[in-house]
Amino acid sequence: MSTNTIVSLPDQETARIPKKNFLTKENGLLSWLLTRDHKRIAILYLITTTFFFIIGGAAAALIRLELLTPTGDMVSSDTYNKLFSIHGIIMVFFFLVPIAPGVLGNFLIPLMIGAKDVALPRINLLSWYLFVIGGCFELYMMIFGGVDTGWTFTTPLSTHYVNSHVIGAAMGIFIAGFSSILTGINFIVTIHKMRAPGMTWFRLPLFIWSYYATSIIFVLATPVIAISMVLIMLERVIGIGLFDPTKGGDPLLFQHLFWFYSHPAVYVMILPGMGIISEVISNFSRKRVFGYTAVAFSSVAIAVFSFFVWAHHMFIMGISTYSALLFSLFSMLVAIPSAIKVFNWSATLYKGSITFDTPMLYAFGFIGLFTIGGCTGVMLATLGMDIHVTETYFIVAHFHYVMVGGMVSAFMAGLHFWWPKMTGRMYPESLGRLAAVILFIGFNLTFFPQFILGYLGMPRRYHFYPPEFQALNVLSTSGASILAIGYLLPALYLIWSLRHGAIAGNNPWQATGLEWQTQSPPLTENFTEIPIMDHEAYDYAWLERQSRDNRREEAPSAE
Amino acid sequence: MNHISPVIWQFPVKWMTNFPLFPPEASTIAPQMDALLFFMVLVSLIGLTVVVLLIISFSILYNKKRHPVAEQIEGSILLEATWTIIPLGLFLVMFVWGAVIYFRVFTPPANAMNIYVVGKQWMWKIEHPGGQHEINALHVPAGRAVQLTLISQDVFHSFSIPAFRVKREAIPGRYTTVWFEATTPGTYHLFCTQYCGTNHSQMIGDVVVQTPEDYRKWLSNSTSGVSLAQDGERLFASLSCSACHNARPNARGPNLANVYGSRLTLSNGQTITADEAYLRQSILNPSQHITQGYAPIMPTYQGQISEEGVIALIEFIKNLNSDYRIQQTLNTTDLPPESEGKTPPAAQAPAAKAHATQGRVKK
Amino acid sequence: MPNNQAIVPAASEPAGAGHNEHPSYLLHHFQSVEQQADTSNFAMWLFLLTEMMFFGGLFTAYLIYRNWYYLAFVAGSHQLNVVWGTLNTVVLICSSFTMAMGVWCAETRRRSGLVLCLILTFILGLGFLGIKTIEYSEKIEKHHVPGFHYNLSSFLDPASDPEIFKEYHDKPLPLDIARHTELYFSLYFLMTGMHALHMIIGIGILGFMIFRARAGAYISGHVTFVENFGLYWHFIDIVWIYLFALLYLISRH
Repeated sequence: MSTNTIVSLPDQETARIPKKNFLTKENGLLSWLLTRDHKRIAILYLITTTFFFIIGGAAAALIRLELLTPTGDMVSSDTYNKLFSIHGIIMVFFFLVPIAPGVLGNFLIPLMIGAKDVALPRINLLSWYLFVIGGCFELYMMIFGGVDTGWTFTTPLSTHYVNSHVIGAAMGIFIAGFSSILTGINFIVTIHKMRAPGMTWFRLPLFIWSYYATSIIFVLATPVIAISMVLIMLERVIGIGLFDPTKGGDPLLFQHLFWFYSHPAVYVMILPGMGIISEVISNFSRKRVFGYTAVAFSSVAIAVFSFFVWAHHMFIMGISTYSALLFSLFSMLVAIPSAIKVFNWSATLYKGSITFDTPMLYAFGFIGLFTIGGCTGVMLATLGMDIHVTETYFIVAHFHYVMVGGMVSAFMAGLHFWWPKMTGRMYPESLGRLAAVILFIGFNLTFFPQFILGYLGMPRRYHFYPPEFQALNVLSTSGASILAIGYLLPALYLIWSLRHGAIAGNNPWQATGLEWQTQSPPLTENFTEIPIMDHEAYDYAWLERQSRDNRREEAPSAE
Repeated sequence: MNHISPVIWQFPVKWMTNFPLFPPEASTIAPQMDALLFFMVLVSLIGLTVVVLLIISFSILYNKKRHPVAEQIEGSILLEATWTIIPLGLFLVMFVWGAVIYFRVFTPPANAMNIYVVGKQWMWKIEHPGGQHEINALHVPAGRAVQLTLISQDVFHSFSIPAFRVKREAIPGRYTTVWFEATTPGTYHLFCTQYCGTNHSQMIGDVVVQTPEDYRKWLSNSTSGVSLAQDGERLFASLSCSACHNARPNARGPNLANVYGSRLTLSNGQTITADEAYLRQSILNPSQHITQGYAPIMPTYQGQISEEGVIALIEFIKNLNSDYRIQQTLNTTDLPPESEGKTPPAAQAPAAKAHATQGRVKK
Repeated sequence: MPNNQAIVPAASEPAGAGHNEHPSYLLHHFQSVEQQADTSNFAMWLFLLTEMMFFGGLFTAYLIYRNWYYLAFVAGSHQLNVVWGTLNTVVLICSSFTMAMGVWCAETRRRSGLVLCLILTFILGLGFLGIKTIEYSEKIEKHHVPGFHYNLSSFLDPASDPEIFKEYHDKPLPLDIARHTELYFSLYFLMTGMHALHMIIGIGILGFMIFRARAGAYISGHVTFVENFGLYWHFIDIVWIYLFALLYLISRH
């Protein structure tokens, strides 16, 4: 047994992927498009979100290339504006928001709580279709000319001044919003009503807690973006005047409505990541997560606080100084549960038995990048500081640290961790570790210079910029090319592993979650029999006992 | 420190000048902002170091080779409390410190000189009270508090001067203010930082800080000959404002002399300070801001005066210290004061109808 | 180390409970009918919560603008016909009653009662929409639909609108206040329009339910669908009551 990995694989000579599993149950395109199996829907989400990630990533690549020089050599200002708008809209609404719930949430929540499926399987499929229809609107918008409002749709710019496909983009977000709402409802109901016998709230994996918090935000915040998008569309078509200052409407009202969704939405983009990291850290240090209750409740606290911080996007927009005070204070408070989590994860390592498999490397990367993102977030929440750094590259760097450095790292950790469960095969470990390191280096090289750029005053969404900012921009672009390799490499070896990866067996990571106690890939109904949860979460001693029992059972039969 | 080794010293100096980490500190608020930044960066670095050190040392101490069997530890309320309270304390310090700076940036001193800024796609129009007009450039004297009153005539813009560490959104339909006191003469960047459409990245300009003497020279060389208030006076006459606001005992509109900055009682009983925002509102939406004792007969001027025009009018009203000026204005208009009941030519037909049915002149 | 094959043993039910005892409507992933009913009920309540947030955005806008443009909002609401509004409220409350009766019929397994109640609800719902159409067409005639041809004359010169003038004797509004009535009507059409959209969806589902109920559905003891639809219907009813109060009643003096 190697000492730097936890992996224990079955004998590759004799091991076979179980013939009966959710992948082989039925064949043909229709069996996928009409499936109600949460695992298949998760795979559908994986494919579609990856597709959107490629689009958003291509836009990002073009943006970074353009920014190599201070003048616009490659594309016109109009095109540049469309590129960053598309990058923002696609990455936020069609990648970051749906990936974690759509892919890992769908796949794992029923498995982890010992259910046969999510509570509302048909609604689950409907969510995916809504997501795809919304995505089609975005594709339509992109093919027929794009949109140049930025992903924030600031009024009155988006309603009265730009001449691009705002309605298409807004319609796509509106429809995809219902996908989020239905997913949120589905998860909450599933977690409440579908838990296996013995699976009490405090025996739930922390993954479930963080997805529960995410779903609360989905349910309460997404309807507000839906109505704001309706208002944007009507304002453009009819001119209802609600956001039009010449008719007495208030453009700031749109900012309030938009950020009432969009700020909680950034927690939608990070909370699932926190859940994944809790699982990974615990498993690769062979220890129960330090302060389980604190971590669980901090997820819920983040979800609750996230509804009271939205106006910190508007500190210099003319909200009253006193409300600014209140929102700044709340924004500080929402940082506390995040800090608690980071410290708890670090403490989990104490006296553990740590191995450095790929998911763990991603998790370490997550903690570092998220801490930087969180600290700069506190800087932005500080009123005085916000005046100088808001709307600059500082804020761009900050949210990329949280969204990309945080969420995407966490998602990669999760994808690698549960890849054997999803496909039945292992990814190549050494390439995995290499990719994790490349991603970390490339990411920091891309986005750290942007903090300095931001403090120097370079505004975001600038096509032309003063020549003295060039050096840092070149550094950032070169980092981005490394980052691109960091994404490409896993894509390639994960596809390779589908056919050639080592057979994983049920529980390659020796993990405790219920999802690992069934075959990989699981059966359509997940478990042969509904499991009974008779131990705490992350109970590694229970796992030991379990495998001892198994050995004992096997021993007589061998005689 | 130059005495250590000028040869070696030149490299970091060169590096720092070519790759600065901070924009120049050219206003009184800038060093305060940087101090706050240093504090926060320091705290963040300490926090980050603690986390990274913990992870690295645990990874070394407790990797599987050295520590094959994990010890299960449930958690510790004491520790949880520690790492809740310490960050909370630090955050509260940052919060208070930041709030102090925020209030400082948005509370101009009483003696600040006021410059108007109008944003539009994609340029900044600067209106000095002395009648100097600038586009995409702002000249200010060093050592004097300058207040900017911003408004946008189309979409959101944001007026950002990184060297001063100040920034404020220009919002359509309402005034916002920000102030600074420049310290070092020089030319600095001016950016629009709120995305405002196609040429957003070209909505830039220069902020020129001059010594008071240079500034005086610049003022006298670049004046258009007509001050902003005089511009407003002309507009006041041509829009026939003086038909009602004529400071006579039987006037239909309130006397505007010394009205700026005073407390007014409105017809709905509310009291309000007559500031720029109020004056703007009562020109564009007069009926909602009727002074007590007067009838809501003033027509709206929305869509008839540009933002610059409103600014000129406001500047005129601000400078009205006696009735004398208004009387002077009267003499320049063709409308005789007796022509009551007639509506100003600018008012729209429906408004005129409303007028006629209203009938009354004064309550 | 052998890869353990431990599948957590022991099913929750005794092995004797055969699968063929399960009623046909029990979906495969639920353990029991109660669980299934509980689940869909809970999901419905959550859905109504999201609906509340959806309308919440509009209510917020209403509160803000009413506060800012009070006089315009008063004048705007005087344009609404309280008689039609009241009638519509009565119609909706009746339809809620018939819906509740429908749920009761389904629970007590009365097929013809259920069908009758559903048809009554359906008719009352259509009646509501009919009355709403009359109201809308009045607004369209007067050019009170925000946007291109919005017409201010009823506010600048109330006497030109004798019916309303007779009732309220509104004073003419100055142009700058009258202009803001457009915001009132924007909100009026948005809120009632969103409400009507929910009604249309509800009526569509009702039609489907009538069709199924005639064929004998919903009376086998499994009434979650009817119950949930009832919740949805009552929710729309409650939203209307708020709309009625805020748009029609609150500004009557």
